[in-house]
Amino acid sequence: MSKSKANLKATAVLASILSGVIALPAVAQTYNLGRTALPEEIAAWDVSIEPDGTGLPVGSGDVFDGEDLWVENCAMCHGDFGEGAGAYPVIAGGIGTLTDRRPVKTVGSYWPYLSTVWDYVHRSMPFGNAQILSPDETYAITAYILYSNGLVEDDFVLSNENFTDIVMPNADGFYVDDRNDVEVPLFSAEACMSDCIAPVHVTRRATDLQSTPEGAVTRFAPDRMAAQDTAAQDTAAPEAPTEAPAAAEPEQPALDPELVAAGEGLWRQCRSCHRVGEGARNATGPMLNGVVGRAAGAVEGFRYSGPMQDAAAAGLVWTPQELDAFLENPRQYMPRTRMSFRGMQDAADRAAMIAYLQSFAE
Amino acid sequence: MTDMSDDDTQGVGGTSRREFLFKAGLAAGGAVVAATGASAQEADPLITNVQDWASATGVGVDETPYGMPIRFEGDVVRRRVPWLTADPISSINFTPIHALDGTITPQGCAFERHHSGAIELSKDDYRLMITGLVDRPLVFTYDDLMRFPRENHVYFCECAANSGMEWGGAQLNGAQFTHGMIHNMEYTGIPLRILLEEAGVQPEGQWVYVEGADASSNGRSMPMEKALDDVLVAFAANGEALRMEHGYPVRLVVPGWEGNMWVKWLRRIGVTHSAVEAREETSKYTDLMPDGRARKWTWEMDAKSVVTSPSPQMPIDHGPGPLVITGLAWSGRGRIERVDVSLDGGVNWQTARLGTQGGKAALSRFYLEIEWDGSPMLLQSRAMDDTGYVQPTKDQLREIRGLNSVYHNNGIQTWAVYENGAVENVEVES
Repeated sequence: MSKSKANLKATAVLASILSGVIALPAVAQTYNLGRTALPEEIAAWDVSIEPDGTGLPVGSGDVFDGEDLWVENCAMCHGDFGEGAGAYPVIAGGIGTLTDRRPVKTVGSYWPYLSTVWDYVHRSMPFGNAQILSPDETYAITAYILYSNGLVEDDFVLSNENFTDIVMPNADGFYVDDRNDVEVPLFSAEACMSDCIAPVHVTRRATDLQSTPEGAVTRFAPDRMAAQDTAAQDTAAPEAPTEAPAAAEPEQPALDPELVAAGEGLWRQCRSCHRVGEGARNATGPMLNGVVGRAAGAVEGFRYSGPMQDAAAAGLVWTPQELDAFLENPRQYMPRTRMSFRGMQDAADRAAMIAYLQSFAE
Repeated sequence: MTDMSDDDTQGVGGTSRREFLFKAGLAAGGAVVAATGASAQEADPLITNVQDWASATGVGVDETPYGMPIRFEGDVVRRRVPWLTADPISSINFTPIHALDGTITPQGCAFERHHSGAIELSKDDYRLMITGLVDRPLVFTYDDLMRFPRENHVYFCECAANSGMEWGGAQLNGAQFTHGMIHNMEYTGIPLRILLEEAGVQPEGQWVYVEGADASSNGRSMPMEKALDDVLVAFAANGEALRMEHGYPVRLVVPGWEGNMWVKWLRRIGVTHSAVEAREETSKYTDLMPDGRARKWTWEMDAKSVVTSPSPQMPIDHGPGPLVITGLAWSGRGRIERVDVSLDGGVNWQTARLGTQGGKAALSRFYLEIEWDGSPMLLQSRAMDDTGYVQPTKDQLREIRGLNSVYHNNGIQTWAVYENGAVENVEVES
């Protein structure tokens, strides 16, 4: 029996049990403890929102107000355009990355329900100053999050009335736990006790990654025995259970490896929208393999903004100098560009980013 | 590696010859190791000289009205991995399981996971509300709760992300870091069923949504069936009040299910007709599969185990000879029936002895006493629960789940033990 069937059956059984309880209230002992919750108390605490819109208060907010509120309340952690800052969650972009080696899970790419966004923003955000946003402000920020994910236009107004019309891109991306069907039978065979597998060799060592906190291992003796099997190692970046840093990518020998590495560290600001490396595809932004030295607006299959198409027609080429100017302040360099990025103030950062991009050929 | 005879892996009675010798060795061992690590050639001054502590008096009572571990145990503490999270407020740290024994985790070093930091909420200021599809929406004070019947149960609480950093390969050197998002305590609490009955659940109330009082207002949905089964509204752990960092004064205990559902500073129990699909049960705590879809409602923690010593933070200092291999095993779906240990990376296994066989959804402690010949080992442990489930290898899990499911990694852990006694987190392949 599938888990969902099991759940349905359990639900049916449960319903009958509960009906029994309701039909025979005397069965359950009560203690007459506590007091009745007042309507205004319930209103203050019972504010969660369900996928069908249950719990949504009357109100509305638009993308423009949402942007102002976002910059004021959210951007310091999540970036001006939801691209994420530091290690805080990326909110926008990432659509189409869920099967990648390093998926970018955002509201647009992963969250199944808009109700969750409204509920979380209203009830748990801003971090350090939670539960201050009014319903209208919450509608506005939610509208801006939709906009930053490319899901609505900039004149969009979100309200309790059109709320459930919004279907999130990954709405069908979830299914109920099927471990009981898929895994438990496989993992319930009798356990083998001897000669279970051929002799093993070591394929990965934690010491190579050096991601264990400094000084935290109080008694670890890292000197490794030379005699121990040293099979070829895969290198890998530390993997956080949340959003992991980008993986090391192959480098071009001509480039300054330090500069490339520095650029890789900065790539986090770009990766919610852009892909590089083997098999990179267009995402929210165009894929950027070979971008340095290439004509602007030239990646096949990407829908560029009007100004970018104009610049391409005028013969713009992404030389390191042009890229440097663009990255410093994209919206000043190219007004009305669709690239939602506040820019890199530091010239050294821009040089590092350009070197990093140069490390990815066509 | 020397094979062990059966009587070394069974029986707590200490009747076997080897076990007798082993214990005798331990009794003399402290001084010997302290001197030279070999047989003592000279009398040990710790024995022959009168020590200060054997002459002068020690500290009186009330010196520490609430005692802390002695200073020599100062490194048995929670630790965090800074790169895991953006800040220490919404973050997690790890229980020093490598340095503990038995099964009960002291509250003071039991891992913490906060989404908006640990808050100071007094019993006087505490309120618990039951809302939604009930006959009588109710508010309880802490004192009200103290008048309901209560129960005692030992349960483990494991974060769904425990071992989550190991999906891509061996990464962190230490059982504390690979498996330390777990603790095991004796809880005192009121069955949630009793509070729900007090409010009177209506027939369409199929789900319960539980929510915390902190700024994250972490909320999770669970089916009514679980809520009426074994969930506790707990106020004490290991015989004393909960610690602030574990939700003082009241937290939820959801036996066998992922730690995120054990809502701390519990303030509201909402009875609903369906799951709320809150942030922590959609964008987080869902398991991304290779096809780009994700499993949701992956509540149960599957059977799992780890050797806590030797481990990277607990190298072998004493050289060849008697060696105690010990570790922890648990299952969210039942009780641990058996733990096997391999010294050769999973080729051959022997059954360990359960020092404590925990109850359902509680930690068990296992021991395997061996005679170590000083050659390298690849240590593994494999748990079996009373449903017949056998802990899989990490590769078995990866075959089904790929590398991006983040949560619920219950694969078999391998420690490489080298000739010098150093231990490292590794992965193996045959």
